Amino acid sequence: MYSFDPTEEQQMLIEAVNKYAANDLRPAARNAEESGELPRKIIAKGWELGLLQASIPETYGGFGERSAVTGALAVEEMAFGDLAGALAVTAPSLFATPISLMGSEEQKREYLPRIVEGEWSPYTAALIEYAFDFDPNDLKTIATLEDGRYSLNGEKAFVSFAKEAQALLVYANLDGQTQAFIVAKEAEGLSISEEREKLMGVNALPLYRVKLTNVKIPVANRLGGESGCAFEQLLASMRIANAAAAVGVANAAFEYSRDYAKEREAFGVKIAQKQAIAFMLAEMRTEIEAMRLLMWEAAWELDTGREDAVKDAYLASTGAADMAMMVTDRAVQILGGHGYIRDHPVEMWMRNGRGFAMLTGLAII
Amino acid sequence: MSIEFDAPKPVANAQFVLKTVAEEMMRPNSRYFDEHEHEIPWDYIEFMHSAMKAMGGNSLAPREPSPSSPPPEDERHRDDGGKRPPIGYQLIAAQMEALSWGDVGLYHCLPGGGLGAAAVHAAGSPEQREKFLARFHGDKPTFAAMCITEAGAGSDNSAIRTRATLDEKTKEWVINGEKIFVTGGDKSFTEYEKLGRGFIVVWASIDPAAGRAGMRAFVVEGGTPGVRVVKLEHKMGIRVSDTAAISLVDARVPFENILGSPTVDQNPTGFKKAMATFDATRPLVAATGVGVARAAFEFLKERLAEREIHIRYGLPRQKLTSIERDVIDMEIMLKSAWLMVIKAVWMADNKKPNALEASMSKVRSGDICTKITQKVVEMLGPLGYSREFLAEKWMRDAKITDIYEGTGQINRLVVARQILGYSGAELR
Ligand SMILES: Cc1cc2nc3c(=O)[nH]c(=O)nc-3n(C[C@H](O)[C@H](O)[C@H](O)COP(=O)(O)OP(=O)(O)OC[C@H]3O[C@@H](n4cnc5c(N)ncnc54)[C@H](O)[C@@H]3O)c2cc1C
Ligand SMILES: Cc1cc2nc3c(=O)[nH]c(=O)nc-3n(C[C@H](O)[C@H](O)[C@H](O)COP(=O)(O)OP(=O)(O)OC[C@H]3O[C@@H](n4cnc5c(N)ncnc54)[C@H](O)[C@@H]3O)c2cc1C
Repeated sequence: MYSFDPTEEQQMLIEAVNKYAANDLRPAARNAEESGELPRKIIAKGWELGLLQASIPETYGGFGERSAVTGALAVEEMAFGDLAGALAVTAPSLFATPISLMGSEEQKREYLPRIVEGEWSPYTAALIEYAFDFDPNDLKTIATLEDGRYSLNGEKAFVSFAKEAQALLVYANLDGQTQAFIVAKEAEGLSISEEREKLMGVNALPLYRVKLTNVKIPVANRLGGESGCAFEQLLASMRIANAAAAVGVANAAFEYSRDYAKEREAFGVKIAQKQAIAFMLAEMRTEIEAMRLLMWEAAWELDTGREDAVKDAYLASTGAADMAMMVTDRAVQILGGHGYIRDHPVEMWMRNGRGFAMLTGLAII
Repeated sequence: MSIEFDAPKPVANAQFVLKTVAEEMMRPNSRYFDEHEHEIPWDYIEFMHSAMKAMGGNSLAPREPSPSSPPPEDERHRDDGGKRPPIGYQLIAAQMEALSWGDVGLYHCLPGGGLGAAAVHAAGSPEQREKFLARFHGDKPTFAAMCITEAGAGSDNSAIRTRATLDEKTKEWVINGEKIFVTGGDKSFTEYEKLGRGFIVVWASIDPAAGRAGMRAFVVEGGTPGVRVVKLEHKMGIRVSDTAAISLVDARVPFENILGSPTVDQNPTGFKKAMATFDATRPLVAATGVGVARAAFEFLKERLAEREIHIRYGLPRQKLTSIERDVIDMEIMLKSAWLMVIKAVWMADNKKPNALEASMSKVRSGDICTKITQKVVEMLGPLGYSREFLAEKWMRDAKITDIYEGTGQINRLVVARQILGYSGAELR
């Protein structure tokens, strides 16, 4: 069956997240972007929505099952409020969700309860590397098996909350396959940059460079234990999250510029009454809808165990990244000179909009 | 309620069956009829007619409505205790996509009521439906067509000048005017021996002073005196589908052939009902565009595969070849356009107002099917441009999607009005 209505439960969740996004994240976003700091109180409040908790089974301290569709709906709403804020609130998922989905029994028991039962605490993952042709399936960070332990070597970029993280999930190349390794913060050979990454956007999110020099970890710390993990599935979850966030940011920019266009007058009419503006808005709305459906389908495929999920998550993420750039650019255009001024959020959304082409790995559903 | 993307069984079945029909009955005829414009594809028409009859009425899938006439109202929203949700429009969309993948011009030659019957469905009384629509279940293939467009009235179809006046003595409507671009106009009006008697639905004003409120549709039976097919257009694409100019000079039509009220009321219901036809049919036209685009896209991928070029999905864009980037972009366009069609018809099936989604799907389909087919021709180089293959034909066929049933611009207007909450007067 085809069906496009979220369940009642999902609808309630969407409304709750939307309220938080609109009342907490959005009003704090500009200050956070300029100061580089999102107040912890706001992050804590987002954590209380229980998105991660609801995706982890009771046995491990949560109260539900992972649903990619539900996760995608929530991430979209949160990013509608503010991208950096959404990535901050959901950062612990980067560590917990892969463990919940693919961890060994011991890994789940050791980490999940302490993450989900308490307050928001910094856990993270390190996927991205600093290279123009970065490819998650061809990592330059290398894992080798030596004397019954894994040794990790390489450098990771854009690692959120690395400085204070209790533990990181580090993705590395093991015999040509991307695998994940749990690395404790005190591990020898792990060094985290003093300086934060300086990016075009998402400045409220503390991101760091992470160096691994002969970091030795027990074999039990490989995600999934001896048999490892199905990275393609995790990557698909990250790509869907990326696409969902792109749709959320684009929708924020669309609604803001639509409302502005209905207010702003030029040449005696509202600018929205000019086709040049109205047609841009119509195309923005159409593209958002197109990519939202593609992203939903990939999420549904992931939930129902379809093979196409991996490819379709890639298509959704690729398409949504382009769409977000197009839509946010036009939002700035519709505001004219005012769009370029930092009093309005659209310029920030445009800077964020470009990020989706390279930020896969900063969110997961 | 939940978010799901499983094609319902009858939809999946129809797609499966029609793929064979498309491959056996359409593709082999595509080039011939492209090069023999105005020749009627009799074998195809007769085959399709008997195939549809054999499968249960005027339909290609058992006990479901046909692609050329919408499901009757009661079936559209069939409620059997919530066990089986209505899928009438979803099924039609899937059928139209599959047949257009075969050949969108030949799809238009599928016997049945087409837009003409759709207008009777939307604006006619139950008696009129019975009277005018039974013929499509007859022994001979039968056609109907819709005549709105005139030389001076296309997108702005409220500007039509065709007039209908009531002859009080005979209680007949007398219609005068000239219609152009009537799809299937010839097969619907001209009395061919191999065809059952068809009709055309002619839009005319019963009171020019009343503007839109005075617009009505009239069922004009095939062969009516005073009505003539004066021209068949020569087109860039969909050449097998006849596009007729029809003139009406003192054409007399029985009183009861008017669809809707015979007097001018203040509510422009006649016009609104015509527009309602478009809400229903826009995603279906969008589906035809998706079908053509998919044909071209699959053809491209097959040619690439022959040369051992396989698309490396999953690579970062910076590592992809230009061919791979183009193919991936096309696939994104194609898949998302189809999902937009599906969502729009799913809404129609579930009685959800879908004017926004219907027009968005048409905008998107018009955009992507022109882009994809044009790109495929470019990417295939001489093979794309050559008439030895069908790629160039699909590019010519695709373009019509962005023109009829509301041009891309008109559908953008509809979308914009919806999202801005504007009336036609506020944004024109
Ligand atoms: C960094 C910067 C430096 C500047 N420097 C100067 C300067 O030195 N001196 C100076 O005088 N000004 C300056 N400007 C102002 C600049 O020229 C205006 O911002 C510009 O003319 C647009 O006007 P607006 O911002 O009021 O946008 P609006 O006029 O409100 O336009 C909003 C949107 O509506 C569109 N629009 C408006 N009218 C129509 C129409 N009829 N049809 C279709 N679309 C329409 C616009 O294209 C735009 O997309 C500067 C602006 C910036 C951002
Ligand atoms: C092959 C074919 C089959 C057809 N079949 C049928 C049929 O069966 N029955 C029938 O009644 N008609 C049919 N048509 C007619 C079709 O619906 C019209 O061609 C279409 O509505 C456009 O009208 P037009 O050609 O007069 O273009 P115009 O209305 O003259 O448009 C010219 C251009 O102006 C743009 N434009 C118009 N108004 C606006 C506006 N307000 N804002 C911005 N841009 C605008 C249009 O988008 C277009 O780009 C068919 C046409 C073709 C080519």
